[in-house]
Amino acid sequence: MKKLALSDEILLSIEKPARYIGNEVNMARKDTDSVDIRFGMCFPDVYEIGMSHLGMQILYDMFNRREDIYCERIFSPWTDLDKIMREKKIPLFALESQDPIKEFDFIGITIQYEMCYTNILQILDLGQIPLHACERQEGDPIIIGGGPCAYNPEPLADFFDMFYIGEGETVYFELMDRYKDNKKKGGSRREFLEMAAEIDGIYVPSFYDVLYHEDGTIKSMTPNNSHAKATVTKQLVVNMDDATYIEKPVVPFIKVTQDRVVLEIQRGCIRGCRFCQAGNVYRPMREHSLEYLKDYAYKLLKNTGHEEISLSSLSSSDYSELEGIVNFLIDEFKGKGVNVSLPSLRIDAFSLDVMSKVQDVRKSSLTFAPEAGSQRLRDVINKGLTEEIILKGAGEAFQGGWNRVKLYFMLGLPTETVEDMEGIAELSEKVAEIYYEIPKDQRNGKVQVIASSSFFVPKPFTPFQWARMNTKDEFLQKAYLVKDKFRTMLNQKSLKYNYHEADLTVLEGVLARGDRKISALIEEVYKNGALYDSWSEHFKNDVWLKAFETCGLDSDFYTVRERSLDEIFPWDFINAGVSKEFLKREWQNAIDEKVTPNCRMQCIGCGAKSFEGGVCYENQN
Amino acid sequence: MKIRIKFTKQGPVKFVGHLDIMRYFQKAMRRADIDIKYSEGFSPHQVMSFAAPLGVGLTSNGEYMDIEVHSMKDCDTIMKQLNDVMADGICVTECHCLNDDAKNAMSLVAAADYTVTFREGKAPADEKGFFEGLLTFKDQDHIMIVKKSKKGEREVDLKNLIYQLSVCDNKIFMKISSGSADNLKPELVMEAYDQWRGEASPEFAFCIQREEVYGNTGNEANPVLVPLGLIGESVE
Ligand code: SF4
Repeated sequence: MKKLALSDEILLSIEKPARYIGNEVNMARKDTDSVDIRFGMCFPDVYEIGMSHLGMQILYDMFNRREDIYCERIFSPWTDLDKIMREKKIPLFALESQDPIKEFDFIGITIQYEMCYTNILQILDLGQIPLHACERQEGDPIIIGGGPCAYNPEPLADFFDMFYIGEGETVYFELMDRYKDNKKKGGSRREFLEMAAEIDGIYVPSFYDVLYHEDGTIKSMTPNNSHAKATVTKQLVVNMDDATYIEKPVVPFIKVTQDRVVLEIQRGCIRGCRFCQAGNVYRPMREHSLEYLKDYAYKLLKNTGHEEISLSSLSSSDYSELEGIVNFLIDEFKGKGVNVSLPSLRIDAFSLDVMSKVQDVRKSSLTFAPEAGSQRLRDVINKGLTEEIILKGAGEAFQGGWNRVKLYFMLGLPTETVEDMEGIAELSEKVAEIYYEIPKDQRNGKVQVIASSSFFVPKPFTPFQWARMNTKDEFLQKAYLVKDKFRTMLNQKSLKYNYHEADLTVLEGVLARGDRKISALIEEVYKNGALYDSWSEHFKNDVWLKAFETCGLDSDFYTVRERSLDEIFPWDFINAGVSKEFLKREWQNAIDEKVTPNCRMQCIGCGAKSFEGGVCYENQN
Repeated sequence: MKIRIKFTKQGPVKFVGHLDIMRYFQKAMRRADIDIKYSEGFSPHQVMSFAAPLGVGLTSNGEYMDIEVHSMKDCDTIMKQLNDVMADGICVTECHCLNDDAKNAMSLVAAADYTVTFREGKAPADEKGFFEGLLTFKDQDHIMIVKKSKKGEREVDLKNLIYQLSVCDNKIFMKISSGSADNLKPELVMEAYDQWRGEASPEFAFCIQREEVYGNTGNEANPVLVPLGLIGESVE
């Protein structure tokens, strides 16, 4: 057994020491001297969050299938250990070998949400790796970023040597091969970056110059190196069944957020909700076959021993073999000590039936995500869920014994009016009323309707990328208005309303549509103690506000400013499949309150057909 | 069928807490295809119980758990099935079939053996003197310790709870009372010694390892301590 990076004294004086010891079942073990490439796969948050992420597990498995690569895991040390590592100057290590990450060839960081950006700097800083790409020397690791936030990598441009735009299963091996070739022939770091820039989907920020207009918007973004492409095209797996999935996921010792087998049934979404980044950048929708999923269900349960299996996708109800997979899981595993947990499905007769088989109706709740309070606004965001469907579904569920309902909404959507906001309370009230239509002796006590609203953040590569975001005060006023409306409802005792943190949302908005100038802001807040910003107990809003001043940046420029249709966005150099023309059309449709059909009803030519697969070619062979 | 399993906990897994070790074994049973019994209900649980929780940071050569299975080939097969799917440092060393009326391991626990050594760099300058003192301390008629709790301070006599205490090759060996009635932790014995000699050992000074857990097949006055693996075993 290899010696741990941390001493017994340290491990015994921190919370959950098992976060840092590796050695879990199914961990990859390799002789570090006999591999050519050491790859550190990093999720910049605490172990329990990072270990729950499916994408990281897929890539870990994929890399470790190659004998010449050793892929190891890296997570953010929690704040208690962070302090000790700084005091004692202990270099950040990877879990497998417990070796310092600064010795690695690559550090691949998956960037899942904006509020983890300061944790990325923590990883580099504790790892004793220069924060800025331009300061890194020949012996330093190549820092590569990926994941959904890489669709606007510009706020992080200073810190990364390169970004991988799109799904990881496609060009990573090519990148690794070029790295090996370059190493063999004694090539420099810069030569490797140039080789990498030629691969589709790889973006090397230092190979581009950005010029700005006087008002701060972008004038041009052009390659300054002949190897760099003007447009970087996202990578995606065309045929899902051809891609490797995980066979032996690492089984954590401690309880992590996602402590179960997860089957990814499909990628992408046919729905076209106008606020949703995932639904746009993962287009087109591509499915796994039922046979493929069955095979993996057996393997994964056998190899992990997990007591639960669940499905993952953006919209499971659209999976064409949904009944097949759900019935298979129930028939095959239920009663064998394995729980089947279903993702939020559209509420209908089928889903209510299967839900009553796999969960205790009295203890579970139903979830609807209308996202907006009125039909008008739901048309604006293209959310095809009507009041009629919700009330019908809720009614059937109440007949079936359920008495708890969760409703998810957003506040601050484009074109929102007072009626739309009040609609949140009114819709919740109507759901409660449906319940009380059931005769008293047939119902199961009181009903509980819990409505939650988050604040809307416009994201790149969505039709709302042009939208003005609300200010913090506007957000809060809206939340108060909704809260007041709830107080006037007849069944207010059965209703509950929660709303999210507004400060955090504003910063998320800045980072989501930020440009290169934001790198300085992230560095400034990090140096002033910001870390784990997505954890409300650690979020330091004052540090962020002060940093805007210090850096001479205005958060309003990124959030509440009106953007013109011909503005060049920081992320425009990426071809994510959906064309800018399509997004503009959809933005206009939103303003016109016009609904757009989903991919299965009618193709509306979003641009993603160019990838030559998925739903765009369904029923066409 | 009731089965008692003995296992080790060595190396980095010593940092995995008791609850997580239980979760670990639940998953291990599934990986090993053990035909274990489940409770009824919407979220069924495996019929599994552990003898005595081990503190985080302690290693062990003698942990015990009981399970119930519907069917099995033989004990050696179960041992092999489990050892094929274990994490490093956890190794199943014994497996016994129990009589149907055998009491569960947890209720049997009466005593445990521990070895205590100094962690690297933590031994006192006069190590010999330390151990000599320990033996004098043990030979007192009463071994008093002041226990602090929320309710205040209270003096307890450990004499009857320490069955054996010796030193060999710079290693302390102790056989002490354990279980639900009089649970004595090895750390407390070392603390009592510190109190007696009026000198505190540095923090994290000791590496502690559990070696064996015993049940009492005699009575309270005349205890007969037998390793849990040998109690209730069915003879076929
Ligand atoms: S090209 Fe048509 S079918 Fe394909 S993702 Fe776009 S809208 Fe859907």
